[in-house]
Amino acid sequence: MFSRTIISRQLLRQTSSIAARPAAARPAFSTPQPTSLLFRRLLSDQTRQAIDKAVGSAPVVLFMKGTPETPQCGFSRASIQVLGLQGVDPDKFAAFNVLEDSELREGIKEYSDWPTIPQLYVDKEFVGGCDIIVSMHQSGELAKLLDEKRVLVKEEGEAEGAKTE
Amino acid sequence: MSLRTAALSLARAATRSPFSTTMASSSKTPLEDTIREKITTALQPSTLEIHNDSHLHAHHAAMAGSTSRETHFRLVITSPAFRAHRGQPARHRLVYGLLRDEMAREGGIHALQLRTMTPEEEEARREAAEGAK
Repeated sequence: MFSRTIISRQLLRQTSSIAARPAAARPAFSTPQPTSLLFRRLLSDQTRQAIDKAVGSAPVVLFMKGTPETPQCGFSRASIQVLGLQGVDPDKFAAFNVLEDSELREGIKEYSDWPTIPQLYVDKEFVGGCDIIVSMHQSGELAKLLDEKRVLVKEEGEAEGAKTE
Repeated sequence: MSLRTAALSLARAATRSPFSTTMASSSKTPLEDTIREKITTALQPSTLEIHNDSHLHAHHAAMAGSTSRETHFRLVITSPAFRAHRGQPARHRLVYGLLRDEMAREGGIHALQLRTMTPEEEEARREAAEGAK
């Protein structure tokens, strides 16, 4: 339990630096805003490609309100806490703050066919929103999924290179 | 919101039954009524709990300027219709789809928490809870 807490803190710290990084792992969403209602309701190729890139930017991707360090919504907070408790490897995780970009905020809803934030992707596959993340956490399904996808921090003793000092 | 008004809205919330089925023409809970109507019609649920948690979120930044008392809902739905929808995402999409207009429009539903079960899953859940006692 104790090591998990440390891992979750580490996750929060590191992911917030990912989220705070200006442009590195993040696609450019500063495309011109379409003005007509018709266009706003349809996902532009440009937005879709940008979201494709975001979804593929790490094995575990969370679209959230705020950053992992300072979530701006209780459901985003709960989701990031669950991922921290699970021990998701910060190197395999990316968070995107939808509040920073209205095109992403609206685009991700249509992209995922899911009307709410947060949204979790693992290996580019949509997993669900906060209720699903929490219920999978409680049932053990999330631990199984994350383990199968090899996105968790390795337990002590099985770290790569441990034997090849 | 001051502590006083927070306490008042809490008191109001405590007296509101999640199972109220009154459908007055000038309903004070138009969104709740719509949710109940649409879900009952489409899913024929054996259990439908509609919890209005809006008062818990009234002070959130996203709610600034909102006067609606119906922004955050939590639903517990047991329906045989979910048998055809394996996996939570498919079931949630089904419910979101029913309430698409209410979620999309300005001043509509801001957050919707869902627990979706088939009658069998509800039974298994109840048995597990009994066993744990």
